[in-house]
Amino acid sequence: MTKNVVQVRDLYKDYQTAAGAIAVLKQVDFSMDTGDFVAIMGPSGSGKSTFMNILGCLDKPTRGEYMLDGHQVSALDGNTLAKIRNQTLGFVFQGFNLLSRVSLLDNVALPLVYSGVSRDERQARAKVLLEKVGLGQYLNSMPNQISGGQQQRVAIARALVNNPRLILADEPTGNLDSKTSEEIMALFMALNADGISIILVTHESDIAAHASRQIRFLDGRIVHDERSSPIVNASETKEIA
Amino acid sequence: MFLAMLGEAWRAMGANRLRTFLTMLGMVIGVGSVVLMMAIGQGAQESVKASINAMGSNLFIILSGSFTAGGARSGSGNVSSLTVKDADAISELDGVSNVAPVSMGNAQVVFGGNNWSTSIIGTTPSYLDIRVWDLADGYVFSESDMRSATRVALVGSTVVENIFGDVDPIGKTIRIKQNPFVILGVLKSKGQSLDGRDQDDTIIIPLTTAQRKILGNQFAGSVRQIMVQATTPEIMPMVEQNINGLLKQRHNIREGADSDFFVRNLTAVANSAAETTRTMSLLLGAIASVSLLVGGIGIMNIMLVSVTERTREIGIRMAIGARERDILLQFLLEAIVISIIGCLIGLFLGISGAMLVNKLAQTAVVISGNSVMIAFAVAAGVGIFFGYYPARKAARLNPIEALRFQ
Repeated sequence: MTKNVVQVRDLYKDYQTAAGAIAVLKQVDFSMDTGDFVAIMGPSGSGKSTFMNILGCLDKPTRGEYMLDGHQVSALDGNTLAKIRNQTLGFVFQGFNLLSRVSLLDNVALPLVYSGVSRDERQARAKVLLEKVGLGQYLNSMPNQISGGQQQRVAIARALVNNPRLILADEPTGNLDSKTSEEIMALFMALNADGISIILVTHESDIAAHASRQIRFLDGRIVHDERSSPIVNASETKEIA
Repeated sequence: MFLAMLGEAWRAMGANRLRTFLTMLGMVIGVGSVVLMMAIGQGAQESVKASINAMGSNLFIILSGSFTAGGARSGSGNVSSLTVKDADAISELDGVSNVAPVSMGNAQVVFGGNNWSTSIIGTTPSYLDIRVWDLADGYVFSESDMRSATRVALVGSTVVENIFGDVDPIGKTIRIKQNPFVILGVLKSKGQSLDGRDQDDTIIIPLTTAQRKILGNQFAGSVRQIMVQATTPEIMPMVEQNINGLLKQRHNIREGADSDFFVRNLTAVANSAAETTRTMSLLLGAIASVSLLVGGIGIMNIMLVSVTERTREIGIRMAIGARERDILLQFLLEAIVISIIGCLIGLFLGISGAMLVNKLAQTAVVISGNSVMIAFAVAAGVGIFFGYYPARKAARLNPIEALRFQ
């Protein structure tokens, strides 16, 4: 068990454009303890989305080092990165990003298809998680039959289905009203209390206030890093399903 | 994992049924027309082959030559230049397996109150071997029948129908030109010849009997034609040359003078007919293949649209752990499932169509396991070939951009 779930050192990301290279991330250093709950804030174009994409193994840094759960990932190939996304990370998006033609149960079970889990076990694990997020009665419903808040709960269940080390949530409350946002944040806090590490990107400071630690990006650098409360549960991450 | 992918493909196809159906229709028409055209082409080839086999293989026919009288030239076969002795001499040549001297003519035959005009073939028993002609009933006349010119006959099925009706002809006596003949056997039905004559409308009698009792001839021992069978197709040119040399020598024909006989290679004629039908069936197949190709392009077109439409879905799948090859397999599988289902429907329609053609047009059709297998393999191949590019395009998408896609 490593103490740091994420360790980023001297990270740079450049984009090539017609006007030349644009530096989006400049010398970012960041480390995060296992079990921590970090909120990333910053204006549009500050580099926070690019940072999330790199943390999520969807993008590669131009330079620098990224250790995830004790493993060097900045130099891995596509298949290995896919495996990390599948088994070490869980994604929650602003637009929920459920498959519209697929039942909630199969949506939650989808990551297990790519880890080669048998059908029966996929269904069983997905069912447990849907019940955990309070949607046990909607197993065979379609995403368009439930509300936005409920869809985001399904997406969280999907992110949890493979027992990830880290949840990456990109503006998970951006499309929700304030009451539903509170419910979703309560769910995240409960998960964090179970020992799951969470990184959350948000525009809203009251949402960020739910996290234990707040970081602010500006022009590709971390300009603000503050701990508002201690890590809730620094012990080893519990098995979810 | 594979089953789950297959399920995904099935679901994706079900999501847009009309479009899936129309895409499939291209394959259905392509495979259906290939199967139908191959069935018709092979049917034509088979019927030509059957005719050739019925005629006999590696066959020469030697006709007696023409003569010129007062400036008018007669047709071939009008000079009685060929004899039974010529036939005996030819049978001594290397590479000759069977020789049958033949004299023929037409005669009225009578049985009870019925009569019928038919062709009379006077020949030796080896004629039946050359023509690959078996008996349906009874037995063939023997060499001793040949020597003593007995009045025995083998009758074709058309003759049986016309003068015997339901009576069993074996052992019965018929009259040919007033001469009584005992029926020894009934020939198996052979159907039409390549030129459309009814080969079953005939009576075969010993050559000696025919010459003395029925046909008559200018001088003893002469025949209208000699049929010669070579042992293999390869040596036919050599045998033809030898027959020419032998007969010229026997007939005292000087170098450069006109022969009083012709040697015809029947197999060469038949083979060119076979070649023609083969070319025709290839042409039919080629035309039908174009529609298969068009069907494949239809699949590619729809798959490309599908990849664009589902860009966001691809992004989601990649974010939750799908590898490039998972995405590739998913879209490839979808294309293959569409083309294989289309192929099955096409096979069904093609085979039904072929049977319908067989019924309505009385054309021979052959549906071989081979052509079905080829159609199936081609359909799967088309699915893979035309599905691969869209599937690869999907797999190569950048997950960040795919997720951002609206």
